[in-house]
Amino acid sequence: MLSRTAENLYWLARYIERAETNARLMEVAARNALLPDTGGGMRNEWQSVLHASGTKQGFDEKYGDPVQRNVETHMFFDRDNPSSVASCIHQARENGRIVRTALTTQVWEALNSASAEMTELGRQERSRLSTSDMKDFALRHMAQVRGAILATQLRNDGYDFMNIGHYLERADSTARILDVKYYVLLPNVAMVGSGLDNYQWRTVLHAMNAQRAFAWVYGGEVTASKIVDFLVLNDQAPRSLISSAQGLLDHLERLARQYGRSSGATARGRQMVARLSQMTVADIFDEGLHDFLQSHLRDVLDLGSEISASYLSGEAR
Amino acid sequence: MPDTFNEMYQGGQVRAPYRGLERWADEMPDELRGLKQSEAEALFRRIGITFAVYGEGGSPDRLIPFDMFPRVFAAEEWAKLERGIKQRARALNAFLADVYDRGEIVRAGRIPAHLVYQNDAFEIAVTGFTPPHGVFSHVVGIDLVRVGPDEFYVLEDNCRTPSGVSYMLENREIMMRMFPALFQEKRIAPVETYPQQLKRTFDSVAPQKCEGPPCVVVLTPGHFNSAYYEHSFLADMMGVELVEGSDLFVEGDFCWMKTTEGPKKVDVIYRRIDDAFLDPLCFRPDSMLGVPGLMNVYRSGGVTICSAPGAGVADDKAIYTFVPEMVRFYLGEEPILKNVPTYQCAKDDERRYVLENLPELVVKEVHGSGGYGMLVGPKASRDDIELFRAKIEEEPHNYIAQPTLALSACPTFVAEGVAPRHVDLRPYCLVGQDVVLVPGGLTRVALKEGSLVVNSSQGGGVKDTWVLAGE
Repeated sequence: MLSRTAENLYWLARYIERAETNARLMEVAARNALLPDTGGGMRNEWQSVLHASGTKQGFDEKYGDPVQRNVETHMFFDRDNPSSVASCIHQARENGRIVRTALTTQVWEALNSASAEMTELGRQERSRLSTSDMKDFALRHMAQVRGAILATQLRNDGYDFMNIGHYLERADSTARILDVKYYVLLPNVAMVGSGLDNYQWRTVLHAMNAQRAFAWVYGGEVTASKIVDFLVLNDQAPRSLISSAQGLLDHLERLARQYGRSSGATARGRQMVARLSQMTVADIFDEGLHDFLQSHLRDVLDLGSEISASYLSGEAR
Repeated sequence: MPDTFNEMYQGGQVRAPYRGLERWADEMPDELRGLKQSEAEALFRRIGITFAVYGEGGSPDRLIPFDMFPRVFAAEEWAKLERGIKQRARALNAFLADVYDRGEIVRAGRIPAHLVYQNDAFEIAVTGFTPPHGVFSHVVGIDLVRVGPDEFYVLEDNCRTPSGVSYMLENREIMMRMFPALFQEKRIAPVETYPQQLKRTFDSVAPQKCEGPPCVVVLTPGHFNSAYYEHSFLADMMGVELVEGSDLFVEGDFCWMKTTEGPKKVDVIYRRIDDAFLDPLCFRPDSMLGVPGLMNVYRSGGVTICSAPGAGVADDKAIYTFVPEMVRFYLGEEPILKNVPTYQCAKDDERRYVLENLPELVVKEVHGSGGYGMLVGPKASRDDIELFRAKIEEEPHNYIAQPTLALSACPTFVAEGVAPRHVDLRPYCLVGQDVVLVPGGLTRVALKEGSLVVNSSQGGGVKDTWVLAGE
């Protein structure tokens, strides 16, 4: 397969997942902002989302004041923000258009209608749109695209590159959503373990549509360590770091079999899975959740570069 | 201007090839027609077949208007056209092989040397090189107009990379989906084999150094190009990769493409970019679209480029006048298709005639295309005519003129029902080891009443073109 085609498929999947993450992040912040403020940092929730999405600088330059409306515009509609939901959807479609023939009609139509309806949504009166409407919109469309990919794409190397993009972005995004917690709690460490803290943790589950799954797996009380276990180390949780890493590795290994050779990326993928599967929640809290997540994000970045070097540059290292 | 030939009627009777269609259109209720029209549009959008107009800005996702009323040729009409088109395609290729070799036609005094060798499209880099089977132009698009039941003229030849063939295929696809009954009623020759024939043509011109099945690619300037849809469509239908210049590189004696499994050798390049951009080392040094070193590989027989660089010298408007002469010179046959009488503004007496008769003539730029830089005398305002008069006087060699032809008209769905609109025809002739013509082509229609400009960039639309199967 042409390296450029593989690259377009890979980015198409990354953008879809990124659109979804941003919608989810917005939801976390909106929910957290509904809480009675005890620490005097009512604005922190919105700031934290900007930190987590990695677009704080761009936001400050354009908007300044991190109030809900501004943050939502920035994260959802703003085409100047390359990771806004609108930007991601349009870029996913553009990547799809370039490799139109590598996609099934269903995938293309799902992408096309997401992009057309996104444009349509941008014309609507903003006061009539709630945060949940926006999140639902993004989730619905991205599920359609993802569903069409899973149901209809030929299981060839292109399919693997799409899934690699998908899982890599997910491995990144779950860590980012979790990291929001770090920023929320930063000014008020004494709150850890309090009722408020638990509520805020719940919003993380809520944003991932995972409250019920969590209840089935762990039952009873929601604690920080259970949630971290669920979202990092539990391979039953579809968005956990380990599930994402495992998914990534599965597709890297499929590629290795098809091409008859392993690459640097395959090796790194194996390392990531190995590291996560040997960890315990205690290890993570010892290291510090934030530091752990940051080092995980660096691993993801390195793996991304390795995938580019191994497959997308055309040099086949 | 002489009377227009309406292809559906003759002497008040419906002509044989159109039989049944009059009733079909009459009996279609208005609501159904509107419904079908929007269904067609939705289908085009869904397939993603859109078109961007150069220089007009706006959405690159614009649709070319599709008219549902088909344009029909009888089997015997087509048989004659086919002979004429193939003859012309062979002659044009013989001319190219000759002028890049000994130039016999120039030595014989049949074509003035300066028109060939000082032509901008003449490519010094290919002189002395003969591509496989001596074929330079592998896809020849010949633009035809009809002025009477048995009278066809060639408007121009396209020897570089004629576009629009995806419309020929998609128009048919959509008509078959929407009106299956029509296809049961009339026996219409299929066009869907075109991509396979195209692939076979490319396979047949693989370079000598190629071992095993040739690796064919389609080279596109990129997804911002207005014809990108067509490039990806053809690559897909042939089952070959669609590449951009940056996907290819030259190493050693060959051209390679970058794949996820490492470099893969490329044997035949169907390029949809202009000569000037092919190789920055040989042509325009600022080209980002091409492949550095490609021409060296080409000249040493490591890769075949379709069409060959320099093929454009055969479809130049100044050379056009001499195509009938080529047919006689190389093939020893009488040309089956006629040229439109053409006046060279560079010649004093012809220029004088042109300037005196501007309101009756069509004036074209020698190197222009796409219906830009063109004057249609009978439709032009006095100011436009004076503007062209000044242009011709300033740069006479840059212009040619032709009488305004009464382009035939074909029934077309318009707001008020069915009305005749002017049409032309572009068939696509494939030249490799064999010369092949798929029974069909692209019919363009001028949707504005009375308009003679069919270019899609100027408000033209397209129609499905039917060739009825012979008995």
